[in-house]
Amino acid sequence: MLKKALIGAVALTALTAAQAQAQYSENKIKIGVLTDLSGTYSDLAGKGAILAAQMAVEDFGGKVNGVPVEIVSADHQNKADIASSIARKWYDAEGVDAIAELVTTAAAVAVREVSKEKGKIDLVSGAASTPLTNDKCSPTGFHWTYDTYALANGTANAVVKTGGKSWYFLTADYAFGHNLQAQTERVVKANGGEVKGAVKHPFPNSDFSSFLLQAQSSGAQIIGLANAGADTINAIKQAKEFGITQGGQSLAGLLVFITDVHSLGLETAQGMMLTTGYYWNRDDETRAWSKRWSAKMDGKMPSMVHAGTYSSVMHYLKALAAAKTDDGIKVADQMRALPIKDASGFAVNGKIRADGRMVHDMYLAQVKKPSESKGPWDYYNIVRTIPGDDAYQPLAESTCALVKK
Amino acid sequence: MMTLFGIPTAALFGQLLLGLINGAFYAMLSLGLALIFGLLNIINFSHGAQYMMGAFVAWLGLTYLGANYWVALALAPVIVAAFGIVLERTMLSRLYKLDHLYGLLLTFGLALIIEGFFRQLYGISGMPYAVPKELAGGWNLGFMYLPIYRAWVVFASLVLCIGTWLLIEKTKLGAYLRAATENPALVQAFGINVPVMITLTYGFGVALAAFAGVLAAPIYSVNPLMGSNLIIVVFAVVVIGGMGSIMGSIVTGFMLGILEGLTKVVYPEAAGTVIFMVMVIVLLIKPAGLFGKGA
Repeated sequence: MLKKALIGAVALTALTAAQAQAQYSENKIKIGVLTDLSGTYSDLAGKGAILAAQMAVEDFGGKVNGVPVEIVSADHQNKADIASSIARKWYDAEGVDAIAELVTTAAAVAVREVSKEKGKIDLVSGAASTPLTNDKCSPTGFHWTYDTYALANGTANAVVKTGGKSWYFLTADYAFGHNLQAQTERVVKANGGEVKGAVKHPFPNSDFSSFLLQAQSSGAQIIGLANAGADTINAIKQAKEFGITQGGQSLAGLLVFITDVHSLGLETAQGMMLTTGYYWNRDDETRAWSKRWSAKMDGKMPSMVHAGTYSSVMHYLKALAAAKTDDGIKVADQMRALPIKDASGFAVNGKIRADGRMVHDMYLAQVKKPSESKGPWDYYNIVRTIPGDDAYQPLAESTCALVKK
Repeated sequence: MMTLFGIPTAALFGQLLLGLINGAFYAMLSLGLALIFGLLNIINFSHGAQYMMGAFVAWLGLTYLGANYWVALALAPVIVAAFGIVLERTMLSRLYKLDHLYGLLLTFGLALIIEGFFRQLYGISGMPYAVPKELAGGWNLGFMYLPIYRAWVVFASLVLCIGTWLLIEKTKLGAYLRAATENPALVQAFGINVPVMITLTYGFGVALAAFAGVLAAPIYSVNPLMGSNLIIVVFAVVVIGGMGSIMGSIVTGFMLGILEGLTKVVYPEAAGTVIFMVMVIVLLIKPAGLFGKGA
């Protein structure tokens, strides 16, 4: 009996030792897509992001150096506590190696803390706020698709330079809205514009008429919408209703996704300027990838978050293959070293900086008139390509501890 | 410029008018809730989902059948009410003898299922619905620009609210209804079919919600959660007005719309909570609500 138990113990030890020598723990790569599957952001991220991650795995061949790759997913309901407890469970009990997507800043920051502690990779795509590459930065954390700094830089710069000097803000009263407003104010003032005022509206909010009237009476030329999703849609819809745009004032949507434009319809959204990290109808490469995605999503077209998720997961897989291990730090080093290029056409001139920011070209777009649109989801004219280095916060300004000064 | 409470009077008038418009929605929705609670003793938590269904039926009709706004305004309430009647007959009617809580839980669950269903089919971002041509544009009132459509909303809502109040309080049918809530057995003994009356009342309450939904479609984003954002506020309105009081819910709806409108100017950050603060105060001082009878 004792002998059997001893043999068992020896065999078990040998097995564990063998596993430790393997390149990839548990001989499997697991990538978790943690996103909003039921709430406000479930169209711009959600199941479309899970599909994008799966497409990346399929395009990569399903295996990294012969080790199979699996995608798991969960709904964080835009709540930080749920996000961090799923992340912990995934890392500790289920052998997840990296977490991707992560819409909603609060959820992304919560997962960032856990990933940093465990030395695991996070690939943030949907969340917008800049702290992710400033005081919340991590050696194994990446911010892929866009951020409030780049949005403000793109849209506000363009608007101020075309004469929109005075601004009034409608700001969603939570961390993201405040962050976006602050970033935009910085750009407006730096370009010689002035801020006439701001109103913080409850989140979420459906009736904006009162706030729009305040913005109207401020006499500002531009009404900046520092909010997102249904709030932005309602504000734009009602601005048209109250004759704000006809009265000579213009709206600047500071975070507008293609799903929002689809919801508004071109009749209402036409002429609006916005900044995006991706547009499906930009060139042959983006069209080809987006149509593959679209075929599995009832004819919808991908948002920048969807394409960004694909791009980040694809780059992670390449780094895994090059590093020949799933050790977070070593994979992160490879991610910084390897060139970024994938089939979605997402990361044009992409590079990853020390603070974890993936810097790539952004696009200033204008929403088409209904008469200009050639088909479903043909919504944008790309007015200007903003080179990544001009769009994103300069590395020298980053408060990230990993940036050598 | 003349000022009142530190706000230019012109701006104040504008905000009062906007408050009145929002109040119209509160009034219509809380009216349906009060009606259902007053006569069926059911706290209808699926009211928000039924409001959303009204808006969606309008959108579906326009998109797939080419049915315009006016057709939707007439038909959507009927269609959604028919759906409500099926719910009432198959599920709600089993709960009348139990505590309020059971009805609340059932309707809450139904609301989640209905919203989930629409979310699965149409996503979360919502659908565009244009203001009907006849009501497009607006009037410049000097102190503000009033979209014609918003004026129409207030008008339609007032007609609907007053009509309903007259129906319940001043007609024979209304008298039967009120009697049936007090003592169903006795009313039944007089040869009146009480269960059918109750079913139709539920259907009517649901129709009010759907009607409000169609009115809302051109103003707000038509999305599966549009009702759940509103329903909590509307419940607060009903509690403040007095559960089951029809006039109470109408008057309170408009009043609180105005109060909320003013808060949006004076201290916008509190606009989302001011109604609930009033609710707390009213519950502490007059638990039956401003227009409620008894405790």
